[in-house]
Amino acid sequence: MNAPANKFAAYICSGCGLGDVLKIAGLEKVAKTEGKMAVIKTHPFLCNAEGVKMIQDDIANDGVTHLCIAACSRRAKAEAFTFPTVAVARANLREGVTWIVAEGADHDEVRQEMAEDYVRMGCAEVKKLILPGGNKKESSSKKILVVGGGMSGMTAAQAAADAGYEVVLVEKTGALGGFANQMWKRMPFNAPHADAQPTGATELAAQVSANPKIKVYLNSTVAETAGAPGRFAIKIAQESGSISEELCGAIVQASGFSTYDITKLPELGGGQPNVVDQAGLEALAKAANGGPIKRADGKEVKSVVFVQCAGQRDDSGTHLPYCSGHCCGTSIKQATYFKDQNPDIDTAIIFDDLRVPGMGEDFYRSAQTKGVTFTKGKTSKVTGGESCSVTFKDLILDEENTIPADLVVLATGQVPNAGVELDDWTATVAAADNGDEAAKEKKTALQKISVLNMNYRQGPDIPQLKYGFADSHFICFPYETRRTGIYAAGPMRRPMDMHQATEDAVGATMKAIQAAENAALGRAAHPRAWDLSFPTARLEGCTQCKRCTVECPFGAIDEDERRFPLFNEERCRRCGTCMGACPVRVISFENYSCDTVGMQVKAVNVPDEDEEKPRILILACENDAYPALDMAGMQRLTYSAFVRVIPVRCLGSVNTIWITDALGAGYDGVMMMGCQKGENYQCHFVKGSEMAYYRLSKIGDTLKGMGLEPERMQTYEIAITDGARVAGLINEYVAQLVEMGPSPMKGFG
Amino acid sequence: MTASIATNQTILVVGGGIAGMTAALEAAECGKQVILVEKSPTLGGRTSMLYRYFPKMCFPTCGLEINLRRLRGNPNVRVMTMTEVSAVTGSRGDYNVTLKVQPRYINESCTACGDCGKAVTAEVPNVANYGLDKVKAAYLPHGMAYPQRYVIDPSIVGTPEGEAAKAACKFGAVDLGMQEETLELKVGSVVWATGWRPYDANKIQPYGYDRFANVITSLEFERLCDPQGPTGGKILRPGDGKEAKNIAFIQCAGSRDENHLRHCSRICCMATLKHTQYVREANAEAKSTVYYIDIRVIDRLEDFYQNVQKDPNVSFVKSKVARVALNEANDNPILHGVDTEGYHRYATEHDLVVLAVGMEPEVVGVKLPEDIVLDSSNFIEGSKSGGMFGAGSAASPLDVNRAVQSATAAAMRSIQVIHKTASTEAA
Repeated sequence: MNAPANKFAAYICSGCGLGDVLKIAGLEKVAKTEGKMAVIKTHPFLCNAEGVKMIQDDIANDGVTHLCIAACSRRAKAEAFTFPTVAVARANLREGVTWIVAEGADHDEVRQEMAEDYVRMGCAEVKKLILPGGNKKESSSKKILVVGGGMSGMTAAQAAADAGYEVVLVEKTGALGGFANQMWKRMPFNAPHADAQPTGATELAAQVSANPKIKVYLNSTVAETAGAPGRFAIKIAQESGSISEELCGAIVQASGFSTYDITKLPELGGGQPNVVDQAGLEALAKAANGGPIKRADGKEVKSVVFVQCAGQRDDSGTHLPYCSGHCCGTSIKQATYFKDQNPDIDTAIIFDDLRVPGMGEDFYRSAQTKGVTFTKGKTSKVTGGESCSVTFKDLILDEENTIPADLVVLATGQVPNAGVELDDWTATVAAADNGDEAAKEKKTALQKISVLNMNYRQGPDIPQLKYGFADSHFICFPYETRRTGIYAAGPMRRPMDMHQATEDAVGATMKAIQAAENAALGRAAHPRAWDLSFPTARLEGCTQCKRCTVECPFGAIDEDERRFPLFNEERCRRCGTCMGACPVRVISFENYSCDTVGMQVKAVNVPDEDEEKPRILILACENDAYPALDMAGMQRLTYSAFVRVIPVRCLGSVNTIWITDALGAGYDGVMMMGCQKGENYQCHFVKGSEMAYYRLSKIGDTLKGMGLEPERMQTYEIAITDGARVAGLINEYVAQLVEMGPSPMKGFG
Repeated sequence: MTASIATNQTILVVGGGIAGMTAALEAAECGKQVILVEKSPTLGGRTSMLYRYFPKMCFPTCGLEINLRRLRGNPNVRVMTMTEVSAVTGSRGDYNVTLKVQPRYINESCTACGDCGKAVTAEVPNVANYGLDKVKAAYLPHGMAYPQRYVIDPSIVGTPEGEAAKAACKFGAVDLGMQEETLELKVGSVVWATGWRPYDANKIQPYGYDRFANVITSLEFERLCDPQGPTGGKILRPGDGKEAKNIAFIQCAGSRDENHLRHCSRICCMATLKHTQYVREANAEAKSTVYYIDIRVIDRLEDFYQNVQKDPNVSFVKSKVARVALNEANDNPILHGVDTEGYHRYATEHDLVVLAVGMEPEVVGVKLPEDIVLDSSNFIEGSKSGGMFGAGSAASPLDVNRAVQSATAAAMRSIQVIHKTASTEAA
């Protein structure tokens, strides 16, 4: 029960034509007699300054603590109806009722009933809302841990320090610089994009080492990552065997890449003398130090052939399927190493598609001017040795060709050092726990390649997206990881060149400092950054079934020693998947709970069978399906006035009790509207939509037990653009339910 | 030193497309004060004019909804639409900015109820559809427009139509007396997220965009495929409204060409590959032919390319098309050129030609502060004193994902400027 100090108020807007087609007195009556609101006011233009002031005055002078605003969609006029000190529910009478119910007196009755139900629902919801107070943590750390001391990691460390943040940088080797230390030069970052440039790694390493805000651990690895944003407890294992502990607020993982093993390419001469990969060529160029580049046997190189896409873009399943993106530019750069030193050296680049997007085109042009030869062809064979040869199909001349060379460079790809792949980890641990000896050994081996050694139950590293890269799944949000406060940067996130990697590191650092700041304020991380609510569990009711810990898409929940869920609030993204998962309904947020939704479901007036007015509950994802429904309203499409829509944070947060309660109360059907699932999923909480489908696939037996047809519960994938489609789906479903006849539960609810 | 650094802790973000929104939100969600200015009446930029994104084929409005929700929930960002930066003076940490605000003729009382639009009969070209159709002269820019407020086109101000709109509004939201305003403000750092525009296809004379109705740009094609677009998602030829079933895509239209855009615009290859899948979805029999120099789809986008290569309805011709002619009998464009794989001449007829036009910085022709450093294609590399940054496709031809990455980095750099300013003052 709420404290007696709570005062509930309903504000009803009669503007935007609401007052013309709805009986406002009827809505007021519902708010009073059924909603039990202490204050009920109607205004002809609630969102204007005067209307808003009326509400503000009631809050300030009349002690109103909870508002139900019955007006337009929660997506409209959000700024006007923001009252940060009170709990607010919105009853959607405009986009949700008057704009979608067919015009005319014939529909007056159902329109009014729909509006009254939304007022009932809004009043029911607001009574269960608690204004989240947030959970500020004075002791929260804002120190940034950067894992990896290559160009990405050094850039991240410098970026954070430049913004005033303390940094801990952990590098496993004895020096900062990473792969850049092996390079002679880099591609140009700036106009005129004409010549290779010094990498700048040495200077950056010196700057980072000298920066008083950055503490560098060399010859060190992360032995354990525990905790959560704002309180990551990091154990750093040093070469000496000693362990240092650091408390950090957020993490940038910049663990870099390895080069693809050239010996896996014997047909391209991998492993044979005078056939090198691009890293090998960098070493030769570095040794030459601006002079003539010599082979390992000391002979000066007079002709060199670059073979692009070596072991890349491979659709046979043998080598890397992806394109590493930088290799065309890198080969161009390396060809100019020769041309800049001696224009007479023959340099040929054999490529399929020459991929130098953006300003790389200028660099390409520059190399052409310098006399580098470009040949479109597919290389089939390379022979190394005293005199190398390259056999390829010239795709322009449409003929097989073999050319000699002193040196052959294979443009192999980047292999990410992203740590342990979690599916592999889970399977291995399961087998090891069953006593499988080989699995035990593998588990130890995996622990050695883990970068973060997280103690999360979901495994020791951040999830990988594809091909071992820890990239985000989202186009609009490239830094999303499924482990809050940990951000991937550089070639372990996605194959990339040095320019992109350093840019990437700066962006990842932005997200890291933001995560640390928000953790200190008790605010959620993306995508609900404004959200101060956090989940709590009534442990006395918990059956320790572990579903919440398993289903959390973000690894936010651990188990304590008694196997109860242990929420790491700072890891939580507030999607509510745990709440949907809980069979005994003990998990809730202050402003989103089984009750805030459940009471809305119960508040709806379900007509008797003989009224021939079916009732359909729609639970709609608030990011996509709900806006799609709004869009139907904005386009003045009509859909059935028999539906009642409740927005949910994510379909994953839907607890099946809402469905069984609705059907038990005589609703005729339930429509669940979530995002696309599967490989190209669009759920911004990753697995929410999928989890909902999984759970609901099991609800059929429950329905059968209630004597209900399985068709009374339907799930739909709805995109935000589906305004017209969703209106059609509603109408089809209502027609189908009318055909089926009323729910046999009616009258028993 | 202290004297040269201003007190202002505000970040100005210029441009309200996805890069500008991202830069503003990332900084604001880190507690910084941000002013986000956008010259059009709504946020969203060019991404809101895309039907779907590659490679997931998901909907840009989905991410826009999340960003708008972040914005609505964050008091640190002040959004100003119909606003342009007309001057910036000063240096890192201490900029004086002059803003020009164009009249919207609709004030904050607008509820987006639509009554003014109903009252008006005059129509203007629909910017959201690249002018392929029309909207009422009192209009909401699109369904996801933010702020969710109508706009009155200046052409009806001072006419009976304007008065009709005013009379129709029950809330006093139509204000035909609004004037252009000028504002001055101080900021510490500026992020230029001014975006891109399609290269003017009329300039690519051999392709006949200005002469042949059935030669269109990739941006126009995007709108044709969108159910919210001018044809309701049907791929109809602008010339005669017939369904296009044999479509040519000409890559590097204006890009990688020293007579036009020097640079590679990066997005066009993937955009075209995406378009071939729109074609397939619209009509399982329809054919796409891609005329290309190199297919530039890097990293795991390669998967998408490999899948399209397996599509029997899509073929690839390695050729820079020399010119487009017209079959006057049926208005079909005829492509002439040499297939460089084997060196065959061709003259191939298609029923629609889509020019994959390049990205030109939107600031070309705009007077920028002298401090700004541009590259040879007028993309913004940064500024001499280091207090202003390019973000997104203002900084480089980038796809959406990389533009957001770039904007996040720009927000970081702005915060560095702000923090340095603050710590210098404290010292």
